Amino acid sequence: MRSVVEGARSWEFCNLRKTIGNIDAPSTAQARGPPPPLSWGRKYASKRLMEWINVILQGVLVGGLYAMFAAGLSLIFGVMRLVNIAHGDLIVLAAYVALVVAQTLGIGPLTALIIVVPVMAAIGYALQWFVLNRTLGDDLLPPLLVTFGLSVIIQNGLLTLFTADSVKLQAGPIEVATIRLAEGLYVGVLPLVQFAVAVAVIAGLQLVFYRTALGRAFRAAADEPAMAQLMGLDNRHVFALAMALSLAVVAIAGVFLAVRANFDPSQGPARLIFGFEAVIIGGLGSLWGTLAGGLILGVAQAVGAHLNPGWQILAGHIAFLIVLAARPQGLFPKVRP
Amino acid sequence: MPEVLLAVRDLVAFYGDFQALFGVSIEVGRGEAVAVIGANGAGKSTLLKSIAGLLHARSDAIVFAGEPIGGMPAFAVAARGIALVPEGRGLFPSLTVEENLLVGGQLGRPGAWNLRRIYELFPALGQRRKLPSTALSGGQQQMAALGRALMANPQLLLCDEISLGLAPIVVREIYARLPAVRAEGTAIVVVEQDVVQALAAAQHVYCLQEGRVALSGAAKDLTREAIAAAYFGV
Repeated sequence: MRSVVEGARSWEFCNLRKTIGNIDAPSTAQARGPPPPLSWGRKYASKRLMEWINVILQGVLVGGLYAMFAAGLSLIFGVMRLVNIAHGDLIVLAAYVALVVAQTLGIGPLTALIIVVPVMAAIGYALQWFVLNRTLGDDLLPPLLVTFGLSVIIQNGLLTLFTADSVKLQAGPIEVATIRLAEGLYVGVLPLVQFAVAVAVIAGLQLVFYRTALGRAFRAAADEPAMAQLMGLDNRHVFALAMALSLAVVAIAGVFLAVRANFDPSQGPARLIFGFEAVIIGGLGSLWGTLAGGLILGVAQAVGAHLNPGWQILAGHIAFLIVLAARPQGLFPKVRP
Repeated sequence: MPEVLLAVRDLVAFYGDFQALFGVSIEVGRGEAVAVIGANGAGKSTLLKSIAGLLHARSDAIVFAGEPIGGMPAFAVAARGIALVPEGRGLFPSLTVEENLLVGGQLGRPGAWNLRRIYELFPALGQRRKLPSTALSGGQQQMAALGRALMANPQLLLCDEISLGLAPIVVREIYARLPAVRAEGTAIVVVEQDVVQALAAAQHVYCLQEGRVALSGAAKDLTREAIAAAYFGV
């Protein structure tokens, strides 16, 4: 019988590193394509240059995924000052939902998004309405504790249902398809799609926040909850919609995570940390900043991994710490008037 | 007296163990302007907050358009047509002026007020509609708060100390707009420390003193002495 303690153990750092180490390595080997022909002098230098361009490109593409991890987290904190510790586990939950949907219906993971996104959004709405709304108040601690508990419950629930064996979503031929950008420079179609989706998600959130009535309601409820009520907004409903939107983004991130590499129930907390780091690097409250934060984290990890395969996660953390030390407000903080 | 729109009966209100209102009763007729005056801490703001649904109240202590609304959540009260301009304005700082107005109108209640009419009423807001609400002067912020409340097309507008912290000329300018609001059939309750301003704006006056109604009557009938006595409790 797996215990709660065992689930919580994945918080330990060594365990984290072990589990993430291989998963997030940019899939350079696959995307790099056939090696360029060996030659001399200038050609060698150009090969080295291509190698670095490749590393940075792959980092940027992974960064899109991190930005998606971060966007949902940032949205929730921005609207209701709730730090969702279970965010990473919800991403993994979305991956398993996608697995079940894809296997049951015999459809591809990207098609499964049509079902996974609304399912996760519904889970988000219910979670906020029945549980998290009760924890909100002047104190930041209750939501923190409740979502921490939720994280343990989700991890152990998934462990019971799906075992600790790692699984992967199969997306078919698109997984190995590549596009040749230049001599010796190839990108995978899937990472490219993933990146394009990440940019679209951030742009979509930006649009919702600043161009729609829903976004106005989000910002109004975040600014002055009591005043928002006086305008006829039911904050419980507004917050539940924000969580639904957050988990819709989580669903997309979860599916791409699951197509990219193997996953198992213990991977949530590491996704949470990457999400947090991207949010802090980018600056709280800025969606485009979150995208930039994800890209910086992705590139730092890719460069670290290229220098030494053991430095991948370390390099990401160091980049995060440098930003935190030099610009604690993040690179693109939202200017609050 | 026109048909009763709002009836507050024997309202009590507490902040924790502290009792702020001791059985307050007031009535507001449809389209009427009523002033509630009183010294600091007399319970004026508490009365408005209770009516707006921000404080707990017994269900039948507040009856609006024939329906008991005491203890209803603020968003449900707002949907029934009561809008509050709170003390300190309470604009949304991260929203532009126009977005503040749009949030005020998000219930979509039908009526005379819309963005165009608000900008006609307060031209200063129209010129600054794309600015963040924090970029406005104090008087303009008060106009925005008033406009935001009007966007809900309320049957009853509650104004909590709209003169607070504003220059007299600005206060007069804002009060000069209230007849236009009443012309649309909206009843108004103004809470004021500025007695002269309140008496000029209202037909009926209630004076609160330490959580009780100390004096009530038609604005034109009240003598200066009676008001001073009720206001200061001397």
